[in-house]
Amino acid sequence: MVTEQAPGAAEAVTRLEAELAELAGSVPDPELPVLSLAELGVMRGVRMYEDGHVEVTLTPTYTGCPAIEAMSADIERVLTGHGIPDVRVRTVLAPAWSTDDISAEGRRKLAEFGIAPPRPHAAGGPVPVALSVRCPNCGSTDTELLSRFSSTACKALRRCTACREPFDHFKEL
Amino acid sequence: MSSTDAVQSPVSRPAALSLGDDALILSHRLGEWAGHAPVLEEEVALANIALDLLGQARVLLSLTGDEDELAFLREERSFRNLQLVEQPNGDFAHTIARQLYFSFHQHELYTELAAGDGPFAPLAAKAVKETAYHRDHAEQWTLRLGDGTQESRARMRTALDALWKYTGEMFQPVEGIEGVDWAALEDRWLAAVGGVLERAGLALPEGPRTGAWAAGAGRQGLHTESFGRLLAEMQHLHRSHPGASW
Repeated sequence: MVTEQAPGAAEAVTRLEAELAELAGSVPDPELPVLSLAELGVMRGVRMYEDGHVEVTLTPTYTGCPAIEAMSADIERVLTGHGIPDVRVRTVLAPAWSTDDISAEGRRKLAEFGIAPPRPHAAGGPVPVALSVRCPNCGSTDTELLSRFSSTACKALRRCTACREPFDHFKEL
Repeated sequence: MSSTDAVQSPVSRPAALSLGDDALILSHRLGEWAGHAPVLEEEVALANIALDLLGQARVLLSLTGDEDELAFLREERSFRNLQLVEQPNGDFAHTIARQLYFSFHQHELYTELAAGDGPFAPLAAKAVKETAYHRDHAEQWTLRLGDGTQESRARMRTALDALWKYTGEMFQPVEGIEGVDWAALEDRWLAAVGGVLERAGLALPEGPRTGAWAAGAGRQGLHTESFGRLLAEMQHLHRSHPGASW
C-alpha cells in the first residue's frame, strides 16, 4: 500500500502548499463541527503536482467512518473556491490514526462541547492509561460506562454519577 | 472524489475476498438487528460494529476489484466467507456467541497480519484497534448472559453449542495469506475464548468443530441454507435498480 511521505519529509513544502494545507485543515469535521480536520489529526498532507492538480491525503478515524466522503467533498469545495481547478483527495490507512493525533486545542474544544476527550495512550502500548473519564458537565471523575458504542463509532456513552448527566466520551483508539 | 490507497504489493484475490466477505456478511447480519435489539444502547452498539466491519469490507474488496460489483453482483458460490458469519442472528445469545467466536479470531488474525509487511498490513493495523472493542463487547455480554439468570445461561449454552461446529473453519489456512501460523492462532483462540467462558461460568463446548462437510467449505464457496436468503436481501436493491444512486 502506498505510504508516501507527507510532502515536506522528502522535499520542501512550497508556500502555496502550506497555504492550501492550512485551508484544507481548517475545514470543520462534518460530525463534530467544533473541531477542524487539522485539530482532529486526520490531515496527512497537501501536494501540488507539475500538471497543476493538488492532492490532499486524508486518513479516516475508523475504517468505516462515513464522514470521510463529506470531508473529501468539503476539502474539494474549499480548495476549488481558492482557485485550484483540480483537487483530488486520497485516503490513506497507514500509519493508522490514533486518538493521540487529536491536538491539545482539539481536546479542549471537545470538552467544551460536552464530549469527554480521549485519554492518552501509555507510551509504546495500545492500552489507554487507566485514568477515570471526567464528566464534561460538572468535572467529576465519578463516571460510569453505559455503552461502549454511542452516537458514532468513535464515541462511548457514559453517565456522571455526581450530576447524573449522560455524556459522550471520545473513546481511545 | 476520494480514492483508497493504491497497492504496490500484489494482493491475492482469494485472500482479499475471504477476509472481505467475512467482514461484509457479518456486517449485514448485524445490520439485521436494527430496530430489533433488546435495548437502545445495544441497537447502537451492534450497528456500530456492523459499520466498522463494512468499512473493513470496502477496503478489502477494493483491493481486488470494484466493491459494489463484488458485493452485489456475485453469485452465492463465489463468496468465500466463513460459514460462521452467515449463520442467522437467532436469539440475542446466538448473535453474541457468533460475535465471541468471530471477534476473538479476527482480532488474533489481524494482530498477526498487522505485524507483517504483506498487502493487508495497513488495513489490519487500522482494524485491529476496532476489533479490540468488538472483542470486548462480546466478552462483556458473554459474562453477563452466562452469569445472569437461568434462562440467559441456558440460551447462551445452547447458542455456543449450536455454532461450535462452524469454528474449525476459522483456522484452515486461507489461500494467499502467507506467514500466519494457523495452528498457533487456534491455540491462542481456544485459550482466550475458553478463559472468557470459564469466567462466565460456562465452558468450551465439546464435539466436533466441523460439520459433515470438510472444514474450509465456506472458503471454497460452499454455504449453508440461509445464505441464499441473506444474499437475496442484500443484493436485491442493486440488482433491481442498476446504477441507482442517492
